[in-house]
Amino acid sequence: MKKQLFALLFALVPCTAMAAGGASVPYSMEPDLQDQASLQNGMKLYVNYCMGCHSLEYQRFARAAHDLGMPQDLVEENLIFSSDLAYNDQLHIAMDSGDAEGWFGAPPPDLTLEARLRGTDWIYSYLLSFYKDPSRPTGVNNAVFDLVAMPNVLEPLQGVQEKVCAETDRPVEGAELDPLTGKYQSCETLQVTQPGEMEPDEFEEAVYDLTNFLAYVGEPSKLQAQTLAPKVLIFIFIFGVIAYLLKREYWRDIH
Amino acid sequence: MADNGVNKGRRRFLVGATTVVGGVGAVGVAVPFVASWQPSARARAAGAPVQADVSKLEAGQRMTVEWRGRPVWIIRRTSEMIERTTGIEASRLADPESEVPQQPAYVSGPLRSVRDEIGVLIGICTHLGCSPLFRPEPDAEGVGTEDWPGGFFCPCHGSRFDLAGRVFRNVPAPTNLEVPPYRFESDDIIVVGEDEETA
Amino acid sequence: MGNPNKAKAESGIMRWVDDRFPATQMWQDHLSKYYAPKNFNFWYFFGSLALLVLVNQILTGIWLTMSFNPSAEGAFASVEYIMRDVEWGWLIRYMHTTGASAFFVVVYLHMFRGLLYGSYRAPRELVWIFGMTIYLALMAEAFMGYLLPWGQMSYWGAQVIISLFSAIPAIGPDLAQWVRGDFLISGITLNRFFALHVVALPIVILALVVLHIIALHEVGSNNPDGIDIKQKKDETGKPLDGIPFHPYYTVKDLFGVAVFLFVFCVVVFYFPEGGGYFIEKPNFEPANPLKTPDHIAPVWYFTPFYAILRAITFSLFGLDAKFLGVMFMGAAIAVLFVLPWLDRSPVRSMRYKGWISKVMLALFAISFVILGVLGVLPATEGRTILAQVCTAIYFAFFLLMPIYTRLEKTKPVPERVTG
Repeated sequence: MKKQLFALLFALVPCTAMAAGGASVPYSMEPDLQDQASLQNGMKLYVNYCMGCHSLEYQRFARAAHDLGMPQDLVEENLIFSSDLAYNDQLHIAMDSGDAEGWFGAPPPDLTLEARLRGTDWIYSYLLSFYKDPSRPTGVNNAVFDLVAMPNVLEPLQGVQEKVCAETDRPVEGAELDPLTGKYQSCETLQVTQPGEMEPDEFEEAVYDLTNFLAYVGEPSKLQAQTLAPKVLIFIFIFGVIAYLLKREYWRDIH
Repeated sequence: MADNGVNKGRRRFLVGATTVVGGVGAVGVAVPFVASWQPSARARAAGAPVQADVSKLEAGQRMTVEWRGRPVWIIRRTSEMIERTTGIEASRLADPESEVPQQPAYVSGPLRSVRDEIGVLIGICTHLGCSPLFRPEPDAEGVGTEDWPGGFFCPCHGSRFDLAGRVFRNVPAPTNLEVPPYRFESDDIIVVGEDEETA
Repeated sequence: MGNPNKAKAESGIMRWVDDRFPATQMWQDHLSKYYAPKNFNFWYFFGSLALLVLVNQILTGIWLTMSFNPSAEGAFASVEYIMRDVEWGWLIRYMHTTGASAFFVVVYLHMFRGLLYGSYRAPRELVWIFGMTIYLALMAEAFMGYLLPWGQMSYWGAQVIISLFSAIPAIGPDLAQWVRGDFLISGITLNRFFALHVVALPIVILALVVLHIIALHEVGSNNPDGIDIKQKKDETGKPLDGIPFHPYYTVKDLFGVAVFLFVFCVVVFYFPEGGGYFIEKPNFEPANPLKTPDHIAPVWYFTPFYAILRAITFSLFGLDAKFLGVMFMGAAIAVLFVLPWLDRSPVRSMRYKGWISKVMLALFAISFVILGVLGVLPATEGRTILAQVCTAIYFAFFLLMPIYTRLEKTKPVPERVTG
């Protein structure tokens, strides 16, 4: 054990072995915690599609309702499905982690801090990057997280996405930009081949909302911090100016 | 270093201004530290209102629910119990009209309840915090009095309360039993810990 | 009543106190009649700022212990409890985590000031040694505090550092096990680190700070010219170039405090993770003894020494690289303690030292920063060579100091302090 640790110290395991899945993160998104409609929609998607397996152990319904501007009765009617859960409870799941390990190979992780652990770009890209792969037990694989154990739960919304050879606007690793069209030619392009309930644009919007919600859940205090910060900084600035004048006044004595 | 040429007024003003602004800042810094001692979201979740279903509570019986770590009694009074309770001479009670604010404003009358037949009380003696015994039968034994209309008897120091939680005279407990805030969500569901909606 | 040799108030309540406790005397000794050189510059803010950060750490730390649960099962969840459920808990915690990094920022700048102006030279050797001991205690304090949130980086960082003890020949493995109190880092380790972090080390640090200040006020503050202001006194015995600390430096430091707090609050409110350097990303995942994070790097303030540890990839005199690395890392800190006796220059301040000293100090500072950067990055062959060069410079700065400070030509020192 210790030998290995030292190997780690010196040889530095990390080097390049990137996070599970390894691939780069193709898309990026900028969370907007002020956009309550987006956050509310994200929460609705979360409790409908994710909460079957992924808990938010540290996030209370009540806190989300308060921060996202939702009245209690609406939350209780539309977002709390389990009779075991109360308004003040956290978003617990009923699934036993031992069972889950049997079903998926690993218990689905709690996602409260996922946005802070992996970043919102990763979550956003991951959710958009499932594609059909019949060789996998779940029938899907993921371009961001190779050999992923999770099925594409958003498939009813997104439709079936497949890897095809096509032109794409987004930079592709190993592919060169076609100077004429400004596009990339790649056989790694993900394209929806059987439409789901949503158009691709709508779906991206939905995934944005979901990711945005997870960004909120990662650090609910950020909303508070952003409101308070300017006041505190202005106050300290004023104090600084007065302190400077005081210092200058006293230091007139010194030559 | 000498004091000559010093603008004393300006200096005094700046010292004052720095002190005031610095003092305001110190108070501002203290706010989060003081406020963090308030009940946390966890404590508030644990102390959230509780629902009690009284549909299965038989007449003359009592049920207990826990709210904020204290027992809350819900009793269904029979018409006979109500008669006995309202019939107690006021001179036997320390506070027959419930003048001491031991109950929300919307409970009134001798029965100290929203509905006559349903009584809701916090089951903690107002003397030293024991939980009194439920002795609803008239002239029960071991309650330290001959003329017992039915009520609650505290075994710790012998305090006596009637079935509305009103304290008798000449016992250690100073005030009536506390009535928690509560409301009827439906005929059979009581929410303890939430005030009656003032619509 | 009382000691007639002490300064006392004329009358009133202060007189009553002074007859029983030397309040007025202490006020004069340390503030109103403590004469500090009048030419302090920017570098002299960091001493009082370090004191401010210490107070911040103690206050926020006490408040954090009120809600923290020092057990393997509960620690991680209790940190999130503080962050979410406790009112203002997030602010108090971010003040503490940012404060830890801020502490090292100001302490490093404070130490650099000492190097720059020769503040460690006689008669201030003990001031320097107390200060270095504070730095050492602070590193232990920070290291133990980092385990408490019980995240992945907490766990594996501690795993690596504690394993350093096992490099010591013969007793090493037993020693590491003794420190952990278990065969792996567990709740037992967490619990004892908690006790040390919140009780033992803060007491040690506070005591050392008192010693540091008493020693300083005994010999008086150095200054950017590195000359002794007590040589030139006026007829009343006050140093001509000295001014009372209070009010002149208290009001000046107050302004420094405002500037510092502004920067501090920007970080606390907008960048509490410090770009992943103050709170590392893997720490948002609970400790898992079965899964090492992909990249382990200590917190930024340890990385220079971590880089030195990793730079030693060769065996020497029959000692293996592992043990040598630990030795070098230890020596890198130990050598700071003997600095007062390495500097043989006739002058204190860099202002009047020769060009070799200036070049060496610049190289040293640059190497230290490069080592710090390398310590966060995964090692590659090229980086290891760079780290070795920087390590060599680090030690050359100290070990060659007795030679180059004696050889070089210094500039004449002024009689009185310059602006």
